[in-house]
Amino acid sequence: MGALTRRILMAAAAGAALPPAVAHAAPTFAPVVPGRRLAFPRDHGAHPDFRTEWWYLTGWLETASGPLGFQVTFFRTRTGLGEGNPSRFAPRQVLFAHAALSDPEVGSLLHAQRIARQGFGLAEASTSDMDIVLDDWRLAREPSGRMRARAGGDDFTLDLALAPTQSLLLQGQAGFSRKGPQPSQASWYYTLPHLEVTGDLVRRGRTARVRGRAWLDREWSSTLLDPRAVGWDWTGINLDDGGALTAFRVRDARGRALWTGGSLRTGDGRLWTAPNGAVAFEGGRTWTSPRTGAVYPVAPSVRLQTPQGERRWALTPLFDDQELDSRPSGGPVYWEGAVRIPGGRGYLELTGYAAPLRL
Amino acid sequence: MAADPPLSRTLLGWMVRGEWRAHPVRTLVAVLAIAVGVALGFAVHLVNRSALVEFDAAVRSVSGAADLRIEAVSAAGFDESLFPVVARLPGLAAVSPVVEVPARTADGRSLTLIGVDPLRAARVTPALAAGSGAGFGAGGALAFEDSVWLSPALRPDGDGTFAVLAGGHRIVLPVAGGLPSVEAGRRIAVADIAAVQQRFDRLGRLTRLDIALAPGARPETVAKAIAARLPADARLSTPEAESRRTGDLSRAYRVNLGMLAMVALLTGGFLVFSAQSLSIARRRAAFALLRVLGLPRTGLFLQVLAEGAVLGLLGAATGLAAGAGLAWGVLGLLGGDLGGGYFSGSRPALDISPGWAAIHAGLGLAVALAGSLFPALEAARAAPALALKSAGQSGDPRRRPALLPAVGLGALGLAFAFAPPVAGLPLFGYLSIALILAAGVAAMPWLARLLIAPLARIGAPVPVRLAAARLAGAPDQAAVALCGLVASAGLMAAMGLMVASFRGSVDDWLGAILPADVYLRVAEAETAGLDTALQARLAALPGVGRLEARRSLTLRLAADRPAVVLLAQPLPAGASAPDLPWRRGPVPAAPGETPVWVSEPLSRLYDLKPGDTLDLPLAGGRSPVRVAGVWRDYGRQFGALAMDRRDYVRLTGDAGANEAGLTLAPGAHLPDVLQGVRAALPPDLAAQTEVAPAGEIRRAALRIFDRSFAVTYALEAVAILVGVAGVAATVSAQTLARRREFGMLRHVGAGRGQILAMLALEGAFLGAVGAVAGLALGAAMGQVLIQVVNPQSFNWTMDTRWPLGLLGGLAVALTLASSLTALLAGRSALSADAVRAVREDW
Repeated sequence: MGALTRRILMAAAAGAALPPAVAHAAPTFAPVVPGRRLAFPRDHGAHPDFRTEWWYLTGWLETASGPLGFQVTFFRTRTGLGEGNPSRFAPRQVLFAHAALSDPEVGSLLHAQRIARQGFGLAEASTSDMDIVLDDWRLAREPSGRMRARAGGDDFTLDLALAPTQSLLLQGQAGFSRKGPQPSQASWYYTLPHLEVTGDLVRRGRTARVRGRAWLDREWSSTLLDPRAVGWDWTGINLDDGGALTAFRVRDARGRALWTGGSLRTGDGRLWTAPNGAVAFEGGRTWTSPRTGAVYPVAPSVRLQTPQGERRWALTPLFDDQELDSRPSGGPVYWEGAVRIPGGRGYLELTGYAAPLRL
Repeated sequence: MAADPPLSRTLLGWMVRGEWRAHPVRTLVAVLAIAVGVALGFAVHLVNRSALVEFDAAVRSVSGAADLRIEAVSAAGFDESLFPVVARLPGLAAVSPVVEVPARTADGRSLTLIGVDPLRAARVTPALAAGSGAGFGAGGALAFEDSVWLSPALRPDGDGTFAVLAGGHRIVLPVAGGLPSVEAGRRIAVADIAAVQQRFDRLGRLTRLDIALAPGARPETVAKAIAARLPADARLSTPEAESRRTGDLSRAYRVNLGMLAMVALLTGGFLVFSAQSLSIARRRAAFALLRVLGLPRTGLFLQVLAEGAVLGLLGAATGLAAGAGLAWGVLGLLGGDLGGGYFSGSRPALDISPGWAAIHAGLGLAVALAGSLFPALEAARAAPALALKSAGQSGDPRRRPALLPAVGLGALGLAFAFAPPVAGLPLFGYLSIALILAAGVAAMPWLARLLIAPLARIGAPVPVRLAAARLAGAPDQAAVALCGLVASAGLMAAMGLMVASFRGSVDDWLGAILPADVYLRVAEAETAGLDTALQARLAALPGVGRLEARRSLTLRLAADRPAVVLLAQPLPAGASAPDLPWRRGPVPAAPGETPVWVSEPLSRLYDLKPGDTLDLPLAGGRSPVRVAGVWRDYGRQFGALAMDRRDYVRLTGDAGANEAGLTLAPGAHLPDVLQGVRAALPPDLAAQTEVAPAGEIRRAALRIFDRSFAVTYALEAVAILVGVAGVAATVSAQTLARRREFGMLRHVGAGRGQILAMLALEGAFLGAVGAVAGLALGAAMGQVLIQVVNPQSFNWTMDTRWPLGLLGGLAVALTLASSLTALLAGRSALSADAVRAVREDW
């Protein structure tokens, strides 16, 4: 799902300056209840009544010196603060964005981030279509469906065009995606897999044309994680035959799955949605972070119990050290990196391994 | 040098030690004189420096690493729509919007409440990014929007909350954490920008944008791009302009204190001169013997100079230590401005630099050497045979002393008095005072002769004639004694004249600007305070005859200058100008023009005179106004301007007020009215409002005036003590040298009492002559202080007042003190019996 990771990441980053909403002024967040039909392009845009939301791009880029992984992610959070304050600076909505580049030659992640209160045209998320501005970063959808993403910092700048090649993939039940044992623990979740990427990557003052394939996850929700959850694993893979694999697992303190989910859409467009318990992340090689000492299962096998029988994919990371320590900016330590399987490429997220994640 | 240096060095060392051992007190006094001068100079320097370092740090901590700043010209701020306009300009790494509210704590002390967006501030001014980083954890349980972060100098109230008073509101906020990066001493509270905007009536307004430039961006290019987009009520400021402005706040005050310390050091030099003269007079015979035994002139000269150097070094070392201690104590007691009120609420740390310590020690040494130079020359010049025979005075009384050098120095001093200030400081003015002093001292031999000669012709009892004849016959010795006396009397008279003129002018000014009976002032309420309904309610109170509500607010006319004060006040019925202590004007304004009346400092700082026009940044626009008069003002050193309140309301729409003057109705009882006014104010507003009768304000203002001149008085007292000590030293040196003379007088029949009377009269004559000359000199130097130094330092003028009582008392006191010290010094010389004294004269 990536979703929960991102949610935590966002909450934590926003929390760098904004403590979580307090009980005495609990605002009413819109609940995620099944039955609504998602409508586009409206649902590409922001849903400010919900507590959290993200636009999560991950993918692989081809360069002259080999493949790179990248992620460009925009978050929106409704803080519950300043709801009654007429000031234009009221921190009702905070936008946060993160970009990372996985280059095997560097051997660790290059990253950059932006954060701001929504307002003044400097940080805005449109409610009519996908159009998020955060200072000099932007993610916007053109009427043709093609998206433009611009992000970067001191180490790199990405300026990408992302063109859909397939239809939308609604996760869960028509986009309603359960995240925990309680019915309220759910989100609206859809995916745009197999985005065709063209654009520029600027590094050390040199601009390189890049091509590649990406994955967009869209999710919004108001619910909290199950209190027993300490972390989760998520992966989203573009299969070479045009298929798309999504798998996630929410773990408790003993490493057992509290909830699982995912989907498999084959190249011919047939979609199977995994019920709880039909997904497993298993074993594989671990990597120990020299910085945090956290031990990550960076090469798990993902097993899906489909009606047609069990399917299993062994994930191999682009390189081991794709850990991101966002503690200096108030966020968690987690692993998020480019992975490949025989016949596919995608991203893997591993959270709650350095320390249990707390909301 | 002597043929056998080791021997002579041993001998000379022995002589010096012997002399010092024989007269330890005298040596100690000379060392102390230097020490006092060095200590005062060093202490003033240290206090200044520490205060400046602290001020710089304070500016840095608040603006952080901001490369540029956009500031509102007044407390009303500028429209927040400027923020995105600036934020989108190329070349900027980050822009942090800020709302600053001057406020008070519950106990009435001032603080600055700063509203920031911590997400933006983190990238420009991390010290103010409350709640980010380490401080966040502690505040986790509290909602940011309702919380406040406090600098180390501020303490939460008992229950973990913090009350902020501003603009008539009292707002209690829970304390979420501290601001560890803000220096101790700074009183800063940080809250969320949206909360500050909402709760302190600042919606839509900002007071500042802190800007961090992108790496490689050229500040000039960015500044130009910003300047093109600024509205009238915002100004661009650079860190340089900022530090210039803050340095300006107290610069003149600091330089003046430094100059006073130099005066103390100079008077210390006179003491060394006296002590060395005395010591050499005593040892004339011994030196002559050395000369006869083969010590060359230069050897003797260097010997005396070396003695002075040792005195200077001892004094300098003592002075440095004492100065550091003094500065430490003063910083603790009074703060960085010696009680002058320029820095609020901070206690800077002592900042000692070895370079400056060396400079002050060097000054002490130089003064001691200069003080020893003339005695050394005199000792070296003395004819050995004559000196061996008598310890008396050399020099021919018939030789007329030259007046020309004194006239030259005086003329130069006068010319310098007309020179313009250098970098806003009256350096030529001080030079003029120094030259006039030097001229006075140089003229003393001539003047002494002029003033003493008539004494010799008066028919009077024997002691009087003896004293007059003695002084007239040895005018050089009289001149030596007079130098120190005249210098200290002159400096004291000058200072007394200036302070008396200043105080008298301030007193008059207070009377002119406080015409009403009761004044009311809401603190920290430039954008709020008394609304029109409340004004009407106050005016209708029983016992209130008339209420003149006034809006007083600060305006920034130039980025690199401190803000000026705008006073929007009602005009008296039917008048075309307010009642102010006029310096020039008021001239009537042409129809359709908006007249303003500028204060004297404003007129000097911004070079404005009646008839000039000025663009005032009011309510987001530029309002052209015409200067219609200049008035005297001592209250706002960086300038003030008054305008008709009706014009102000027309230009800004702000009908509120934060000051008011109440005139009592006939027969009204003052305490009742005061109570009525206080009761009529809403409680939160009352907590921020001072209500006081005009008389009380006037007394308080004069009390502050006297306190800020306390340092001056202390330095004056030092100067006088040094002057009298100089007389004592010179007279006792001469009486010792005149033992044979006294013996002869006894032999020809003069009684012991008559000789003592003669000595006392000599002292009195000296004192009187010194006082008269000193007062004349002081009058000249005082005029330079009044007409040149003060206007150039503080941009205000004053009317000369002659403190006749003080000056007369000074003359009498000097005469008596001089007479008494001469008497005391003479007694010891007279104790030797007459026969032995004469026997010296073989």
